[in-house]
Amino acid sequence: MLEIRNLHAKIEDREILRGINLTVNAGEVHAIMGPNGSGKSTLAKVLAGHPDYEVTEGEVLYFGKNLFDLEADERAREGVFLAFQYPIEIPGVSNANFLRMAYNEKAKHDGKDELDPLEFDDLIQEKIKIVEMDKSFINRAVNEGFSGGEKKRNEILQMAVLEPKLALLDETDSGLDIDALRIVANGVNQLRKKDNAVVMVTHYQRLLDYIEPDFVHVLYNGRIVKSGEKELALELEKKGYDWIKSAANAR
Amino acid sequence: MVQTAKEKEMNQFLAAFAEVESKRDAAPAWRKHLRANAIAQFERLGFPTTRNEEWKYTNVSPILKPEFRLPAARARAIANVDSFTYPESRHSQLVFVNGNYAPEFSDTSGIPAGVTVTNFREADQKLVSSYFATQAGYDNNAFAALNTAFADDGAIILIPRGKIIEAPIHLLFVTENNVISHPRVLLVAEEGAIATVIESYVSLGDEDVYFTNAVTEVITKQDANITHYRLQGESPKAFHIATTAVQQESKSIYASYAIAIGGVIARHDLNVKLEGEHIESTIDGLYVATGKQHIDNHTTMDHAYPHCNSFQLYKGILDDKARAVFNGKVFVREGAVLTDAKQLNKNLLLSSDAHVDTKPQLEIYADDVKCSHGATVGQLEEDELFYLRSRGLKPETARSLLTYGFAEDIISKIKVESVRKQLDEVVLNKLHQEIG
Ligand SMILES: Nc1ncnc2c1ncn2[C@@H]1O[C@H](COP(=O)(O)OP(=O)(O)OP(=O)(O)O)[C@@H](O)[C@H]1O
Ligand SMILES: [Mg+2]
Repeated sequence: MLEIRNLHAKIEDREILRGINLTVNAGEVHAIMGPNGSGKSTLAKVLAGHPDYEVTEGEVLYFGKNLFDLEADERAREGVFLAFQYPIEIPGVSNANFLRMAYNEKAKHDGKDELDPLEFDDLIQEKIKIVEMDKSFINRAVNEGFSGGEKKRNEILQMAVLEPKLALLDETDSGLDIDALRIVANGVNQLRKKDNAVVMVTHYQRLLDYIEPDFVHVLYNGRIVKSGEKELALELEKKGYDWIKSAANAR
Repeated sequence: MVQTAKEKEMNQFLAAFAEVESKRDAAPAWRKHLRANAIAQFERLGFPTTRNEEWKYTNVSPILKPEFRLPAARARAIANVDSFTYPESRHSQLVFVNGNYAPEFSDTSGIPAGVTVTNFREADQKLVSSYFATQAGYDNNAFAALNTAFADDGAIILIPRGKIIEAPIHLLFVTENNVISHPRVLLVAEEGAIATVIESYVSLGDEDVYFTNAVTEVITKQDANITHYRLQGESPKAFHIATTAVQQESKSIYASYAIAIGGVIARHDLNVKLEGEHIESTIDGLYVATGKQHIDNHTTMDHAYPHCNSFQLYKGILDDKARAVFNGKVFVREGAVLTDAKQLNKNLLLSSDAHVDTKPQLEIYADDVKCSHGATVGQLEEDELFYLRSRGLKPETARSLLTYGFAEDIISKIKVESVRKQLDEVVLNKLHQEIG
């Protein structure tokens, strides 16, 4: 589904991604870990099409096609979804309107029926159960005044509505209380299917207790310096990053 | 002697006044007297130039060039005004064409007995005379002077003590092509009276060129509560100059929502005097200017007594080569302790050719007050755009949704549903975008 080859990207003349290679197949869950500032969010945003980042080298194939031929919104309609590490507040725009517009754009693209406000309300009432959010959130402005944890749940609600093929979850677990972590993880698990894939950035093993990854990668200094299976996360939890950093720096 | 262009303009108005005045039927002496005073003031003042601080950014000379005629009679046969009315006000609307009362379009059957909602000519003259021109001064406002001199008719609303009017009262002003009109409104809410008034200005065609020169006076007596919507939706080629003068007495509540969408040059002065204690005053505004429109809002909030709260939020959306001006003065006079005054002007520029001159001003002469004021000028946030696009919204949809979101906190305060919905549409349509 996704093939990242030697990806380099910079922002404001600073190279952040320095040769990423990663293959993600349908049905897989990949966890990306790594020290602060190593480039995890950058990778997620580059894949989602953030205009501030410039890709300087390498390529990314998404279902065999060049991902960079698509604008951010086109990628979204093609099934790429980024759950933001820091979700943005949109004052004056209700969650319901925004989500319905997003849903309909995608429906149109997929040749499916668009939903009117009443039909969409039925859909969202179902979806909101997945993240166990209060219904009042539907009519509030997007993320405005939401607590940190509420914003993260709202990201997963959007994911539930849009049903992406490739979900990039950037620290969706941070800021969640113990119950919310379980709820959000369950939500993600419910949305897992044979034909979609999840790439999740996290710092903590506890998320991986709920959502079992097939692969764990360590990103450091803009490169994936170690990959393994879920046991790698446990090892990192115990030993920290120093041994990986020194190994990478020695190279 | 050769006349300067300026003198010519002036003389044109003075001659018109002489002619109109000679034809006016036996007007009450007080009106005649006022008119004479007003035209004298106008003659003394002349039209403001950009050398006048209050008109620094708004050049009115284009208004004076086209030779608008005074409306002797109605030029066009107007079949109906249905597209400009609101169902909530079906039986509480007064319609004026070119400033003159149009009984055939008006319907006041929903107004409770004892409440005055009528035109000047039919009103009790004693009533009119005791309030007319008491708030909108014309000794330093040439346009108000001109209105006071020319206004023949107008709307008068008097809500007696303790009366509550459920249905919004709609005052609709239609101006025809090539006309100069002087709409006038007098609104008095006596002690404890409660009402909502919609004052709207429209044109019959999008190409119509004319000049509306309006004056509205509002008095809210003790404990009265007035909600006032001002909807300026004239043709994008029309000229609109207006003053709204408000006086609030103690414990009264006044809320103004001034929406300016139309006009090639549009100016609205809103002056509120808080003449008592424990008053609450909200003056909010929204202006949307595109093309080469120029929209100017001047406000004054004058605190003279203790314990009053005023809130002001004006928001502007500017596209293309549009220009806007915001000038807001808040005075907290000596003795106005425990004043809470907030003022904020926020502007969203959608084009690099759009321009705004904003000047919030705060003058405090009292202690122990809570005041804030400020202005912002910004563009759409890149991060917000990206967020919306990352959910599949096309760039133009994302932009219009954010723009709409910017205006939403003003629009959502409008309690009359059909007005709110109309505004939703107008704001979106005006920005040439669709929201699904
Ligand atoms: N606009 C920018 N200008 C310069 N440097 C930037 C800019 N944006 C991000 N960076 C830098 O890029 C590096 C990678 O940032 P990124 O957000 O991808 O890290 P991360 O791995 O997600 O970290 P964390 O675990 O803290 O979320 C950081 O050093 C950051 O300071
Ligand atoms: Mg990050």
